Amino acid sequence: MSIAERMAGKRICICTGSGGVGKTTTAAAVAMGLAAQGQRVAVVTIDPARRLANSLGLEQLGNEPRLIEPDHFAGQGVELRGELWAMMLDAKRTFDELIDLLAPDAITREEILSNRIYQELSSAVAGSQEFTAVAKLYELNASGRFDAIVLDTPPSRSALDFLDAPQRLTGFLEGRALKVLTVPTGAAAAIAARGSGLVFSALRRVTGVDLLADLSTFFRVLSDVVEGLAERASAVNRLLGDPATTFLIVTSPEPTPVEEAIFLRRRLREAGMPFGGLVVNRVRMLAHTRPTIDESVLAADLGGDLAARSIQALGDMRALARRDAASVRRLTVELDEHPILVPQLDRDVSDVAGLVAVQRFLFARRSERSALLAEQAF
Amino acid sequence: MDDLFAHSLLVVTGKGGVGKSTVAAALGLAASRRGLRTIVVEVAAREDVSRALAASTGGVYAELAVSDRLHHISIDPQRAMKEYLRERLPVGVLAALISRSRVFTALTAATPGMRELLTIGKVWELAQHERRTPGAKPYDLVVLDAPATGQGLAMLQAPRTFASVARVGPVAKEGRAVASFLGDPRRTAVLAVSTAEEMPVSETLQLRARLRDELGLDLALVVVNAVVPHRFSDGDRRALQAAPPSPAQHAALFVANWAHHQRVQIARLRRGLQGVPLVKLPFMFQSALDPAALELLSRELEP
Repeated sequence: MSIAERMAGKRICICTGSGGVGKTTTAAAVAMGLAAQGQRVAVVTIDPARRLANSLGLEQLGNEPRLIEPDHFAGQGVELRGELWAMMLDAKRTFDELIDLLAPDAITREEILSNRIYQELSSAVAGSQEFTAVAKLYELNASGRFDAIVLDTPPSRSALDFLDAPQRLTGFLEGRALKVLTVPTGAAAAIAARGSGLVFSALRRVTGVDLLADLSTFFRVLSDVVEGLAERASAVNRLLGDPATTFLIVTSPEPTPVEEAIFLRRRLREAGMPFGGLVVNRVRMLAHTRPTIDESVLAADLGGDLAARSIQALGDMRALARRDAASVRRLTVELDEHPILVPQLDRDVSDVAGLVAVQRFLFARRSERSALLAEQAF
Repeated sequence: MDDLFAHSLLVVTGKGGVGKSTVAAALGLAASRRGLRTIVVEVAAREDVSRALAASTGGVYAELAVSDRLHHISIDPQRAMKEYLRERLPVGVLAALISRSRVFTALTAATPGMRELLTIGKVWELAQHERRTPGAKPYDLVVLDAPATGQGLAMLQAPRTFASVARVGPVAKEGRAVASFLGDPRRTAVLAVSTAEEMPVSETLQLRARLRDELGLDLALVVVNAVVPHRFSDGDRRALQAAPPSPAQHAALFVANWAHHQRVQIARLRRGLQGVPLVKLPFMFQSALDPAALELLSRELEP
């Protein structure tokens, strides 16, 4: 099945997989393909390196979706019958906006936003990106502005951080740690004999008083928005598991991403998340028929030396293609799924022409696909 | 690159998927062959390094010997927290009570920056001549297989941020010690791994800019991984383009174009790096990453 068939009836497509496998390109190509079919699509990337902006030829993407000029694709043989919107998530701004929305009053809001710990640490750190990504997804979906939203997940070491982010945050905010840290100092002294008092004084001893006071303030003021955050997190969780949501696993044929893809499929199943397909990027295809090369014929065209090097190149590419075929077989068996293959191109795919090329492979009908892939085979 | 191995810590970072773990493992191998007692450190328990080194993956968070002089450890922030508490709290019972407590699990999981701080703190401990871990022997060289660019930077920044936030107390003190260790170019070298492609090159150049702006550090070395050998000249490419199509012509033209695009990106990288040394590692056509291939790569990284 092509991506078009897999996306039928879906509103949200989440591209996941390990780093460096072409997730951002895949997300952008899926969005472009859906927009070409006439849908109004937003693609969201979370990306310190600004890869999507790069791919779409945009210098800057803001924290709100921006319409990509259709004539951007005009020279590439792609007609966007719908609309393609793109945004790059700013984790800190998204978190600020969420606090803005959830704070009961202006004083609490200011207290949180001006807290040193919140300011210095809320943007730079792993978990905040994952949480704000899904929070933004929720917001865009609720706005009703888009027929489809494609999310490119954070470049975390493990894509699982992303699935766990809402629970991790709320688990902590609702948990005992918050209660301990929000106990006022006087009261803490009074209950020093009890477990939480011990923990409190040990914490103070380890971290230093000042840090603890700041942390305590941070969590105390944040406690005013805990309920709102928890509600938002569970709503986000429901959205992730919704039948209109689909997870696309993206990988390359390299060993590490392949193992990650297999692991991720299992995790999606355990978490009850809807799996929508597997994309294997940068595959070197092995030709079905591989006639023996007549070196003398080749030498007549290229000269003996270049002919010999060309035959060596063919041997190299076929060795790679065999390794990739083994990876694809393993993925097909382990995931019980026929992957959509995107061949490695002999050029970078980081520009619009590259995106269009990837989109062709993703959206090709079954009948066209074998011919497209055969063109690239060795 | 001789002075590269004279550092106490090599931080290996770069865009996801460019082969950081492979380069970290190859560096460890090269250093141990030079006679240095070396440990390759991995974070987030993915065990890519131990897989590459064919080491036992049984005991996470132990300093495992791969060979005589080469060791490996996978750091788990939770375990680092417990260790830290044991060292700070003389009353063992109290430490045990705390380390079991869900408070600390939650605290390390949710306090922004805490995981990064604990992880880099443990890396620092491994690199000290006087090891705090009881009975532990010092290492000549620690090679850190750091997280990808953004998170890698966050990890390098964590001690400094915590030192300034905490001001006084043990966290501030240790934060300052770790920050000054990381900021000393004689002791710590930061390496970026890239591939010769548009986006990894852009990310490497951005990494260098941020490293300089935000941490006052520079890259000691850039390793360009998976470089296709230069087997076809521009003249060859033209001849191949003009030749009648055949499987060998198709493959040769593909390899020639691929290598050409890589050369364009490497030139762009060199221009942007303005003098940071750059070393290229060959693309492995014939084998997946097995011990023999790793050995070959480690030879390329030798001074």
